Amino acid sequence: MNEFMQTSIFAGAAISLLSYMLGLKLKEKLKSSLFNPLLISIIVTIAILLAAHVDYDTYNLSAKYLSWFLTPATVCLAIPLYEQLALLKKNLAAVIAGIVSGVLTSLVTVLILALLFGLNQQEYVTFLPKSITTAIGMSVSEELGGYVNITVLVIVITGVLGNILAEFICKAFGIKEPIAKGLAIGSAAHAIGTAKAMELGEIEGAMSSLSIAVAGILTVIGASVFSWIYSVL
Amino acid sequence: MGKCLVLKYLKQFLIILLISFIGEILKAVLPLPVPASIYGMAILFVCLVTGILKPEAVKDAGKFLIETMPVMFIPAGVGLMASWGILKPMLIPVVVITVVVLVAVMAVSGRVAQAIIRHERSKKSNE
Repeated sequence: MNEFMQTSIFAGAAISLLSYMLGLKLKEKLKSSLFNPLLISIIVTIAILLAAHVDYDTYNLSAKYLSWFLTPATVCLAIPLYEQLALLKKNLAAVIAGIVSGVLTSLVTVLILALLFGLNQQEYVTFLPKSITTAIGMSVSEELGGYVNITVLVIVITGVLGNILAEFICKAFGIKEPIAKGLAIGSAAHAIGTAKAMELGEIEGAMSSLSIAVAGILTVIGASVFSWIYSVL
Repeated sequence: MGKCLVLKYLKQFLIILLISFIGEILKAVLPLPVPASIYGMAILFVCLVTGILKPEAVKDAGKFLIETMPVMFIPAGVGLMASWGILKPMLIPVVVITVVVLVAVMAVSGRVAQAIIRHERSKKSNE
C-alpha cells in the first residue's frame, strides 16, 4: 500500500479532497465554526500520511496540482471587488480608514511582538502577512524569505480563530455598524473570517470580502517596508 | 452538460488563465515583491471597471474558483508535517502573535471605520 501510494500521482490530491469533504460534512452536521473544513482536512491528511508512512514530498507530487489553482483563483477575487463597487464608493472614507488602520495595526503589532520575542529576520517575515488571505500571504512570505509553511499555518489559525471569535470581539469592543463589522472581520481574518461575516449579513459579507483584496494588496507593499525596518533595527 | 455550457466554462477559464499569465510576465519584468496573482487581480479589476470585460465573461468559472479556494490551501497546510522541526521552538511566539494580532486588528479596524461612519451620519443629520 505504502509503495503504491508513493508512486501514485493521484493519491495525494484524492486524500486531500476526501478529507476536505469530510470537514464540510462535519461542519454541516455539527453547525459549529470550530469544525473548519480546511483545518479538519489538514489534520486528517497529515494523520493519513503519517499512518501510511508517506513523506510530504511524495504527497506533494500530486497535491501540488491543487495549489496550482491558487493564482487564477486569487485573480478572480477582482470579481466580488467589482460587484461591491457601489457600496465601496458610498462609504469610501470609512472603508479606506478601516482597512488601512487594520493593516497598520497588524504590521506594527507583529513588529512589537517580534522584538519582544527576539525573532530573527526570517522568523519575523514569516509572521508579517498573518492577517491576509493565504494566496497573497504565501507569496509575501516567499518573496521576503520567510518559512512559508508556518506562514500558512498562522494564517489559517488566524482565520479559524477570527471566524469563531468575530462576534465576541465585535461585541466586546462595541463594534455595531454592519460596515465596520465586515471591514474588521475581513481585515483581521481574511477569507475564513469572511465566511462568518457572510452569516452575519449581506453588508458584513460584502465589506469583509472587499477587505480581503484591499488589505492583501496594502500588506504586499507594507510588508516589504516593515521587513526593511526590522532588518535595520 | 451541453456543448455550449462546456464552451462557456472553457472560455471563462481561458480568460482567467491569460490574465494570470500576464500577471506572471509583469512579475518577471517589474522588480517589486508583488505576486503574479495580485497583478492579475488588478488587471481583471481594471478590465471589469473599464468594461473591457463584462462580469459574465468570467463570473461562473470565477465563482467556482473562489468557492473552492480553501481546497487549494490544503497542500500548504499539510506542509507543516515537513516543517514541524522549525515550528516546535517557535510554538509560543506563534500562538501569542496569532491571538494578540487578531484581536488588535479586529478592534482597531472596526472602531476606526465605525467612528467615521457615525461622524458622517451625524454631519448629514445636522445639515
